[in-house]
Amino acid sequence: MSATILAAKEDRCLSFKEGAIAERGKRSDEVVVAISPAFADYFTKTIVNLPHAEVIRQILAGIEEQEVHARCIRVRHSSDLAVLAHTAAKLSGSGIGIGILSRGTTMIHQRDLPRLSSLELFPQSPLLTLETFRNIGSNAARYAKGESPEPVPTLNDQMARPRWQAKAALLHLKETEQVRRQLKPVVVTPEFTQADMD
Amino acid sequence: MTTSPLVKSAADSVRHSARTLILEDRPVNLDGFVEEWPEVGMVAMDSDFDPQPSVRTENGRIVEMDGVARADFDFIDQFIADKAINVEATEHAMALPAEDIARMLVDPNVSRQEMLAVTCGLTPAKLLAVAKTMNIVEIMMGMQKMRARRTIANQGHCTSARDNPLQVVCDAAEASIRGFSEMETTLGVVRYAPLVAMAQQIGSQVGTGGPLTQCALEEATELDLGMRGITGYAETISVYGTEPVFVDGDDTPWSKAFLAAAYASRGIKMRFTSGTGSEVQMGNAQGKSMLYLEIRCILIAKGAGVQGLQNGSISCIGVPGAVPAGIRAVAAENLIAAAVDLECASGNDQSFSHSPMRRTARLMPQMMPGTDFVCSGFSSMPNYDNMFAGSNLDSEDYDDFNTIQRDLQIDGGLRHVKEEDILAVRSRAAKALQAVFAHLELPRITDAEIDAAVYANGSKEFLPRDVLEDLKGAQQVIDRNIAGIDLVKALEATGFGDVAANLLAVLRQRISGDLLQTSAIMGRDLLPLSAINDSNDYQGPGTGYRPSGARWEEMKRLRHVTSASNPEKEVQ
Repeated sequence: MSATILAAKEDRCLSFKEGAIAERGKRSDEVVVAISPAFADYFTKTIVNLPHAEVIRQILAGIEEQEVHARCIRVRHSSDLAVLAHTAAKLSGSGIGIGILSRGTTMIHQRDLPRLSSLELFPQSPLLTLETFRNIGSNAARYAKGESPEPVPTLNDQMARPRWQAKAALLHLKETEQVRRQLKPVVVTPEFTQADMD
Repeated sequence: MTTSPLVKSAADSVRHSARTLILEDRPVNLDGFVEEWPEVGMVAMDSDFDPQPSVRTENGRIVEMDGVARADFDFIDQFIADKAINVEATEHAMALPAEDIARMLVDPNVSRQEMLAVTCGLTPAKLLAVAKTMNIVEIMMGMQKMRARRTIANQGHCTSARDNPLQVVCDAAEASIRGFSEMETTLGVVRYAPLVAMAQQIGSQVGTGGPLTQCALEEATELDLGMRGITGYAETISVYGTEPVFVDGDDTPWSKAFLAAAYASRGIKMRFTSGTGSEVQMGNAQGKSMLYLEIRCILIAKGAGVQGLQNGSISCIGVPGAVPAGIRAVAAENLIAAAVDLECASGNDQSFSHSPMRRTARLMPQMMPGTDFVCSGFSSMPNYDNMFAGSNLDSEDYDDFNTIQRDLQIDGGLRHVKEEDILAVRSRAAKALQAVFAHLELPRITDAEIDAAVYANGSKEFLPRDVLEDLKGAQQVIDRNIAGIDLVKALEATGFGDVAANLLAVLRQRISGDLLQTSAIMGRDLLPLSAINDSNDYQGPGTGYRPSGARWEEMKRLRHVTSASNPEKEVQ
């Protein structure tokens, strides 16, 4: 992790401007990214202190490098990852969506799959790197183009549980406190307030 | 920055003492610890938000439980009130103060049977109140008496990071000779399951034979493999302590009971699984403590009529492990399962701590008093191959575990085995699988693969398999309806009659139904051993199970013991 990123995490360098209620996209070359209630809001970084700004930048860059359009929405009515990712997929013109929780747990979903299924699930939030997030964006875009990419390789660490499980539970509880059941998903636009985040 | 070389320029740029830096680097500081937050259930067992015990019956029915009127019961309350609690006993049992019940649990003069007459009438809040009066030694005293089976046993994990059936057959054979009474596998690639489960079933029956095997899968597939006789028991049937968590999994206590009945109908042993921390982990603890919610799970298992439960936090161990008194609560949940007459497979089965000292301390409350299965299970291969995401103990801990058994004269179900004996069973198991695969026209296993397998520690030393061919073979097992009896026939036809006889002896039990009894295992004589014919008769010093005779002699053996008659030699 570069010093710049470490420094950046202390600042609120990403915010999402909220727009209209999200509708089903018309263009078939898009991926919808659903962020969770507390993402880049109550929380600013993942469980291992990756700034949300960098995470979103990498996901969007991964999508765009496949020349696919990215659209972000915020889900307020649930902190359940499957709900987030499936909501994104159902609103996506391509039928492909990504859901991401504040702690970093991520899922690629497809509109026609059952909610509790998924295309790719990244359950171990402490092991996700910025490179993984970029690859997740890229793979989602390739699904949107009708390709069948190799699943994104992930790390496995059996000692993640003793180190992170309880913190993950606390983060989930805090995120769940931010849920507003009655609110519909809205379109959001990422606004990066610092230029030098390389 | 100018600092002494001993003082790391830590992120905080503060000068630290050399001792602080040494302590900072100790493995225990890689573990996660969090503050309690009782309002959302992030608390082990001591919360002001847990209900107060109460019970009221009318016309042989519980109409109020733990301060909730019947009309306001959720489905878990209803299931427990109607199916788990002994209504005749409840008002009398509930009238006893919690401290008195805890004393009875500890008191060797109160027999297990007398105790059950009380505990089976208690509500969840009352069982919690009892546990709250007990310290860790008292909990262990209670477990020593309340464990259902007299003889202690252990369970192993047998998995492979590459889902290599050859690895699983070898490790299952080694696990069997080392003393495990049950072993379970699971998969990275689920489609591999039929081949890996077959390998485990065959490997477990090499040598003395007898262990029961299971394959943790999605519930319908797990049941299918059980019915075919490719596995011998099931335990990955999870229950939860709050209604929303149950509903998230599209389940109810009744649907789980129905599944339990499906296993029972075929004479297949099964237990439920639950554990502290799962509800708060999923953000739906409804403000109740981890132990209170786990007690609800224990009583769901009781009410469903299953013979036992795997608990001890299991896959959520990082949650109770991170809060104060969490490991005491985990020991208490094991005790309460045993105290309501359930078999208890007591956890110690998931990576728990970076600290060897803490890993051992977490094991002792089960290993010292003895439980039906001290671990559920102990990784019989290196943790990097553990597809259950790592266990509290793995194959590198065998010698330590055997030494602790010998030091304290406590039986954890395992034994030291000479390398030549281990190599012999691994070799025979590998050849048996090779023969069975050839006989059933499944993908070939080469002699070179077997040579690597016999001497390997983990999947890194195995030769790679043709995964696509194996997956086709796995599908063949399903399509051609290959069952346990076909494995017996194949073993018999290919010169492995002894293994065939052992496997048949295990499969026959599903017709007698003897493995449906509480805490059933197969003994080394291939006869069932359960709470019916081997009930725990602990009644204080000098009574109950104590390692003695041939078993104690076996436990005295370690890898290196200097001979008393010739100190220049080691005894084997």
